[in-house]
Amino acid sequence: MDKCIACGACTKKCPGKKPDEYNEGIISRKAIYVPYPQAVPLKYAIDPEICLYLQKGKCGTCKKVCPTGAINYDDKEEQVTLKVGSVIVTAGFKAFNPAKLDQYQHGTLPNVVTSLEFERYLSAGGPTAGHIKRPSDGKEPRKIAWLQCVGSRDINKCDNEYCSSVCCMYAIKEAVIAREHLGKDCRPAIFFMDLRSHGKEFEKYYNRAKADGVRFIRSRVHSITEIDQSGTLDLRYVTESGDIMNETFDMVVLSIGMEAPDSIMDLAGTLGIELNQYHFVKTDDLSPVATSKPGIYVAGVAQGCKDIPQSVMEASAAACSAGISLARARGSLVREKIFPPEKQITGQEPRIGVFVCNCGVNIGGIADVPAVVEYAKTLPGVTYAEENLFSCSQDTQDKMVEVIREQNLNRVVVAACTPRTHEPLFQETLRNANLNPYLFEMANIRNQCTWVHSDNKEIATRKAKNLVSMSVSRARLLEAVPALSVNVDKSALVVGGGVAGMTAALSLANQGFPATIVEKTEELGGAARDIHKTWQGQDVQKFLKDLISKVENHPDINVMINAEITGASGFVGNFETMIAAGGNTSIVRHGATIIATGGQASETDEYLLGKNPNVTRWHDLEHNPDKLKKAESVVFIQCVGSRDEKRPYCSRICCTASIKQAILAKDLNPGADVYVLYRDIRTFGDREVLYKEARNKGVIFIRYSLENKPVVQEVEGGLEVLVFDPVLQKKLAIQADLVNLATAIVPHDNEKLASLYKLSMNEDKFFMEAHAKLRPVDFATDGLFLCGLAHYPKPIEENIAQAMAAASRAATILSKPSIQVSPLVSQINAEKCIGCGLCVSICPFGAIELEEIEGKGKRAKNISASCKGCGLCASSCPQKAIDMLHFRDEQIVAAVIAAA
Amino acid sequence: MAEFEPKIVAFLCNWCAYAGADLAGVSRMQYPSNLRTVRVMCSGRVDPAFVVKALKEGCDGVLVAG
Repeated sequence: MDKCIACGACTKKCPGKKPDEYNEGIISRKAIYVPYPQAVPLKYAIDPEICLYLQKGKCGTCKKVCPTGAINYDDKEEQVTLKVGSVIVTAGFKAFNPAKLDQYQHGTLPNVVTSLEFERYLSAGGPTAGHIKRPSDGKEPRKIAWLQCVGSRDINKCDNEYCSSVCCMYAIKEAVIAREHLGKDCRPAIFFMDLRSHGKEFEKYYNRAKADGVRFIRSRVHSITEIDQSGTLDLRYVTESGDIMNETFDMVVLSIGMEAPDSIMDLAGTLGIELNQYHFVKTDDLSPVATSKPGIYVAGVAQGCKDIPQSVMEASAAACSAGISLARARGSLVREKIFPPEKQITGQEPRIGVFVCNCGVNIGGIADVPAVVEYAKTLPGVTYAEENLFSCSQDTQDKMVEVIREQNLNRVVVAACTPRTHEPLFQETLRNANLNPYLFEMANIRNQCTWVHSDNKEIATRKAKNLVSMSVSRARLLEAVPALSVNVDKSALVVGGGVAGMTAALSLANQGFPATIVEKTEELGGAARDIHKTWQGQDVQKFLKDLISKVENHPDINVMINAEITGASGFVGNFETMIAAGGNTSIVRHGATIIATGGQASETDEYLLGKNPNVTRWHDLEHNPDKLKKAESVVFIQCVGSRDEKRPYCSRICCTASIKQAILAKDLNPGADVYVLYRDIRTFGDREVLYKEARNKGVIFIRYSLENKPVVQEVEGGLEVLVFDPVLQKKLAIQADLVNLATAIVPHDNEKLASLYKLSMNEDKFFMEAHAKLRPVDFATDGLFLCGLAHYPKPIEENIAQAMAAASRAATILSKPSIQVSPLVSQINAEKCIGCGLCVSICPFGAIELEEIEGKGKRAKNISASCKGCGLCASSCPQKAIDMLHFRDEQIVAAVIAAA
Repeated sequence: MAEFEPKIVAFLCNWCAYAGADLAGVSRMQYPSNLRTVRVMCSGRVDPAFVVKALKEGCDGVLVAG
């Protein structure tokens, strides 16, 4: 595997063929193949089932054509025994196979495809290079229908009663992208039961899709028939009001759900962990990533249907759990690499060495590499040039070190593949040759030259020469950039003493990192004080009492109540926060900061809340369940202050919370009339079973629309709720003893904290993470992390997982005495700076501050540890007082001039 | 007269557009050879002056992608 350079010569000649799993069988692949283009490591593998050599002992073509001798037919699967202290299960899911649902005729009608197949049609790297073509005749479809809940929320034709959680959003995404690809006359339609856009920023995306022309039709499609030779499809469905409709579409996409992977049964047996009735790994709400066996943790869809952000959070939470159980062994297997000292080259004339890689035939088979080498020798500053068969091979690396020393080179250019994969390797070679790693430059003559101009050798050679010239021009101006590391204060500050804050602090303290909790009220507990049971019925108050006691009694946790943050400065590893508590202000130094300021149910002046004692909010009922006992008629109104113009987001928890209470009302008084007035029921994941249970117990669900909200009025003897029922097509008047409102969950006032730590918030005033999917608990600024309701409304099990994730991310910093940060940062010329502060306001990472220089006024100052080297400041500075190390103006311009 | 062949300088963000250009190579997509990539750590690094400089030096087009 070390020898494979992923040139693809083998696959080109391979005669074995089979449907390509990654492309959902739409096209075929060879017997020697890369499973998908982004595979890491990018290495070819042989499929023994169809390899002619392995099956019949014939062929052997790949071995003959491989330029590096990387083919080994004797490679066998082997059993490896690892001794580990902890196991994390991330077995993922299996996509639902719609073949068993005969009404959709997937596999029979060519233009009925699954969402995963459609995903491949949309992909630029897919079988149609991103052009959407319908399978029957290759024509661009105009009308495309998505059918939701295929293999989810269905106990009629399959056994998946749960909601798969992700299909609504991916269907909207596919519809929006299809419209982008196909143009304005593409008319997508999504057939759904409840639209579940319950994640952060999801509701806005849904609204935007509606405004952009995606149709949403509330119906479950009854049948699909092909009506003509070209494969046009007729969909028959019933509307909410009971009308039977027919509509034709060019293509139908089945939004297939998720199931537990087949392998999970064996795995669970081997590991001795319990599964739930759907074969997902069983966990409990209050320890959301712990399996039934201590030391074994779970993350992602193996635990239950969820999206990427939630999976990534759980992955960090599982790592946190493992980190706690293995705290004593942390770092015990780490070995440090020692490099020889760096040679000073300041003031020396450039002596550039150019190494041009053939990459087997990948470059050399197309561009004239010897000509490129000869050309390189003519460039100013170049004192040495050679070609290599493979510049990245270990023997060439060793030789390169020798050449650098012998030729006394002080800059190196490698013309080969891409710096994104190979720059670190060559930089290490420079370090081994006593040179600073930033005296290196790469010319990308493979990925961006010979591979994309393989039909014209002359053009490829000319471009390769030009790319080398650009790199050499830049290399002439490269300087040594010293490594940058900062010491780390191995403690954390946690802002907020709710479940999220306390869980984060405890998770850190249990790994040996002290934490200070700053709580603005007089007691710990936060919003969880209003919740009595989790959705699966676990006792929240008992859990909270235990958690508070653990936090208060932990020797490494310091709790400050009635405390407020009044000042903050510093950067990753070295924060200083001023905290006012009990009339005194103290300064806390900490290496990481976790923001867990929480949220609360909002107030409303709608529906007589505050005016009539029998109109309550959901947590009022949690505290006072007796009210339900006495009531003969209870009405729950959902989305009060959520999903409207003022707060265009879904509060995520209210459907589950209200349905739980509706079930309780029925349990306490089976004769009571219980109504839930809703817009979409969003009992995502396994919570769907609660919805089913409520309906089984006789809870009546009536949908209302934002344009036609229910009206609550006082009448003699109680309350009356007027609502339009879209199924009966009639306005109903419901007599109610109790009206309960699911008011929106809102964040606390975070403006001041945001400005002190320079954190960004979204339009709804929730804090913004660095990246919704890839970095869901990190802030854009290093060393700051986010969890709990301050991020977005979420149920307690998700809050706990997210808090552990934040602790896990903080531990990556706190576990080291010092951290290496990229030294490619901004450099400010204080002589030119006029202190205008534009750079301070433009920096997304809080990495520049204004500093008072005596007699001169304010001047910009770079905080290297926070700087990401993006260069926004440099390109915006009106005084040209800022330049970027390794990407200096003159270095970039030199490459531009060479290109022109 | 030979057909006009424009010279285009492309400032590509290391994290997205540059990676995309690499992936085009991995996928063996063929495109005209007129593009010359200058890798930057963020498209925000591209000073308007670089664009002007490129045009002044004789480039016919500038692409900023990030």
